Amino acid sequence: MPKVVLSSGSSMQALTGGQTEFEVEATTFRRLVLELEQRFPGLGKQVEEGMAVAIDGEIFQDAYGAVLHPDSEIVLIPKIGGG
Amino acid sequence: MNYIDSNLKVVGTRPLRPDGVDKVTGRAMYSADTRVAGMLWGKILRSPHAHARIVKIDTSKAEALKGVYAVCSAADFPDIPSEEAFVGEGPMNFRDLAMNVMARGKALYEGHAIAAVAASTPAIADEALALIDVTYEILPHVIDVEAAMAETAPLLHADMFTQGVDPKPTKPSNIAKVVKFKKGDIDAGFKDAEVIVEGRYTTQPVHQAYIEPHACLATCAADGQVTIHASSQGHFMIRAYTAKLLGMEMANIRVNPAEIGGGFGGKTLIYIEPVAVKLAQKSGKPVKIQMTREDVFRGTGPTSGAVVEVKLGAKKDGTIVAAQQVLKFQAGAFAGSPIGPGCMCGFALYDIENIDVLGYDVVSNRPKVAAYRAPGAPITSFGVESCLDDLALKLGIDPLTLRVKNAAKNGTKTHYGPTHANIGFEQVLAVAAAHPHWNAPLPAGQGRGIACGFWFNIGGESTATVHINEDGSVTVATGSPDIGGSRASMGMMVAEVLGVPAERVRATIADTASIGFTHLTGGSRVTFATGMAATQAAEKVVDELKKRAAMIWEITPDAVEWRDGQAFPAGTNAGAFEPLDLATLALKAARTGGPVNAEVSVNAQGAGAGFGAHICDVSVDKETGHVTIERYTAIQDVGKAIHPSYVEGQIQGGAAQGIGWALSEEYIYNDKGQMENPGFLDYRCPVASDVPMIEAVLVEVPNPRHPFGVRGVGEVPIVPPMAAIANAIRGATNLRMPNLPISPPRLRAAIDQAG
Repeated sequence: MPKVVLSSGSSMQALTGGQTEFEVEATTFRRLVLELEQRFPGLGKQVEEGMAVAIDGEIFQDAYGAVLHPDSEIVLIPKIGGG
Repeated sequence: MNYIDSNLKVVGTRPLRPDGVDKVTGRAMYSADTRVAGMLWGKILRSPHAHARIVKIDTSKAEALKGVYAVCSAADFPDIPSEEAFVGEGPMNFRDLAMNVMARGKALYEGHAIAAVAASTPAIADEALALIDVTYEILPHVIDVEAAMAETAPLLHADMFTQGVDPKPTKPSNIAKVVKFKKGDIDAGFKDAEVIVEGRYTTQPVHQAYIEPHACLATCAADGQVTIHASSQGHFMIRAYTAKLLGMEMANIRVNPAEIGGGFGGKTLIYIEPVAVKLAQKSGKPVKIQMTREDVFRGTGPTSGAVVEVKLGAKKDGTIVAAQQVLKFQAGAFAGSPIGPGCMCGFALYDIENIDVLGYDVVSNRPKVAAYRAPGAPITSFGVESCLDDLALKLGIDPLTLRVKNAAKNGTKTHYGPTHANIGFEQVLAVAAAHPHWNAPLPAGQGRGIACGFWFNIGGESTATVHINEDGSVTVATGSPDIGGSRASMGMMVAEVLGVPAERVRATIADTASIGFTHLTGGSRVTFATGMAATQAAEKVVDELKKRAAMIWEITPDAVEWRDGQAFPAGTNAGAFEPLDLATLALKAARTGGPVNAEVSVNAQGAGAGFGAHICDVSVDKETGHVTIERYTAIQDVGKAIHPSYVEGQIQGGAAQGIGWALSEEYIYNDKGQMENPGFLDYRCPVASDVPMIEAVLVEVPNPRHPFGVRGVGEVPIVPPMAAIANAIRGATNLRMPNLPISPPRLRAAIDQAG
C-alpha cells in the first residue's frame, strides 16, 4: 500500500495523534484524500485545501487524478505559490 | 507532443517584442489611463496610527460637501466570517483580506484604510477625506519581529492562537504559526561534524516597487453587472476576491486586464477594487481609484523582513553533515508570511543528511506582506549562502567547490519531502566554474562573491484559445496577464506548432468573461502552464486543419501531414495534391465545417524546479561605505528559453532588485510606528547608475514535463544576489555584514569599528 509521510507542520500531526507515517489503501490522490479524512477526521480536508503532495518525489497541486502505486511514497507538504 | 529534440524554427529565436514600442513611447494603456465619461474620483482615508481602536467614524460633513457622491467605511461591507483558503499566491483568510481592504474595529498599521469617498474631482475628494472625523483610541504598537514575539508584546489579534504547536495554546499570541521540517538526526549530525559555523542574519521588508501604482475603474450597470478595469497579476483573482468581499456572484463581475507596469508578486492581492465597486454602487456612477506612491508604500504589502539563524556542520573535506535554521518572518498585520517556502528553500540546494528547520510566522503593526518573487527564498538563502561562505573560509575550500561538493542532484531527497528530479544545479555550477568571470583575476581592493538560489516553480490552471482568422493569420488568447513577456512566448509556441512565422500570430489577454479560468501570473508559471495550454490548443487546430484538407482532397485525415504551415499529402499513396496553406484553408473554412479554433484548459503539473548561481565583484569606498558593483554574472538553468531576450531580461531584473535589497532598500519607522520614507526619493531603489551590465548566462536543461522543455525563470534570479553581494563585500573588507541593507552608513560603521 502507498505510504504517507507527514513532512511538515505538527498541526497535521495533531490530527493523526502524532503519527507521521502510515499506509493508505488508495490508487489516486482523490481516494487518498477520502481515506485520510475517514481515518483522521479533518486531515483530508486540510490536505485538500492547503497542501500539495509529492508522489514519489514529484510535486502535484490540486490533482485528484494523480496516480498512486502500491509502493508509492506520498509526502504532504505546504502548497506552493510564488510572486 | 514533445518538441524538445525537434528542429525548432521559432522557439529560441528573438523576434521583436510586440508590446515594446507602445511601452517606451507611452501609448500602452495602463489602468490609470482608463477614463469614462461622468466618472468620479475615489480616495481612501488611511490611519495615521500604527495601532488604534476605531471608536467612531463620523462621515456626515464629508457627505454634505458639494461634489461628494458617496462615502463608505467597513460598515458598508459584509462582515464576512473567518475562512481559510489557498487562493492567489498563498494561504488566505478572507476575513483578514476584508479587514485589510477596510479596517474594522482596529487600525492595525499606519496606512490602514479607514474610509473612502467618491467625488467629482480629486480635489473635492481630498477635501472630503479631511472632513471625515475618526475618533481613535491609540494602542501600543510593535514593529520589530522579535519584539512582536515577546509574551509582553502588544497583541494585534485577540483571537490569534499559534498554529502548529501541541498542545494548542490557551493564550493568544502574535505568533500566527510555527512550521517545522526535519530530516535525519540533527544532533548526531553536529556530533559528527569536524567544523561548525553559525550566524545570525537579518533582512528588511522591501517593497516590490513596481513602477505603476495600483489603479482601477469600476462601473456598475443598472442590472447590477459590475465591470472593473484594473492592472494586476490576475484579473480572475480580482474577480474572485471582489466577489467574496462584496458577497456577489462572480458572473456579475467582469474584469478587464489592463497593461501592467510591474507586479513581482505585489499585485497578487486586492486593495482598492472592492472599494471602487462599493462607491460605484452607492453613487450610481463609475468610480476610479488611483493610489499615490505614498499610498503604495503605506498601504500595500512589501515582502517580509526576517531574522535568520543558521548553523552548519561539516567534515574537513567539505561534506556538510548537519544544517539547522531558525526563521522569524514578519507577516505584517495579518498572518501569512512566506514562512513555508522560507523553511523549504534554503537547504533545498544541497544534499545534506541531517537538517532541522524551525519557522515562525509573526504579525506586527506593519502593512500585510504580499508575495515578492520567490517569496521567502531570498530571505532564507541570504542566511544560508552567507553562512556557507564562512564555512568555506573556515575549511579553506573555494566557495564554489564547496557548493559543487554538496550540490543537490537528481535523486536527492529534500528535507521537506520531494525528491529532486530533472534538475540542472550541477550543470549551473559547472558553467559557473568555467565562466571567465569566475576565473578572471580580481583587481586589487575588490572582492568576489558567489551565491546560489532555488525556486520550486509551479504549474496550475490555465486556459488558452487559438483562432485561425479568416485570412489565415492567427490569434492566441489566454487568461494570463503579461508581466514578463508571455504574449511573445505564447505566440512563438503557437507559431512553432502551426509552422508559421512568429509575426503571423498575435497574442492577446482575454477578460474574465471571454475565456476560461486562469490562475494568476505568479510562481513563474505562465510560460510553463499557459504555454502548455496554448501548445495543446495549437495542436488541436493542426488536427482540425488536417481534417479540413482531407475533406478538400477527399482522403482520410491520417493521410495528411502538417509541416511549415501547410497541409501535405502524407506520401505518394495519399495522392498528388498541391499543398494547402493556412490562408487557403481559412478561406474554405465555411465550406469545410466553419471557423477553425480550439480552446484548451489545463491544470499543469510537473513544473521543473529552477537553480541559479550568481557571481559578483564589488569595490568598497572605505571612507563612505559605498559599495560599487563592478561586475555581475547570473547563471541559471532555464529549461528551454522560448524567447531568450525575455529570459535574460527576467534574470537581469531579478538581479537588479536583489542589488537594491542588498544595499539600499529599507522601511524606516519612527517611534510612533509611522513610515518615514514612503517615496522613491527616500526609499532607495537602485537606479541605472547603481547597476552594472548584468551578464545573464542561460543553461538549458529541458524540463521533460513541458512540450518545449520550459521551466519557470522569473523568481530564481532574485534569490542569490543578497548573499553574493555580502560575500563579495566580505572578500573586499574582511567583514561579514549579516544585516541588510548593507547601506553606506552601516558599512562605514562596521569598517570604523573594525579599525
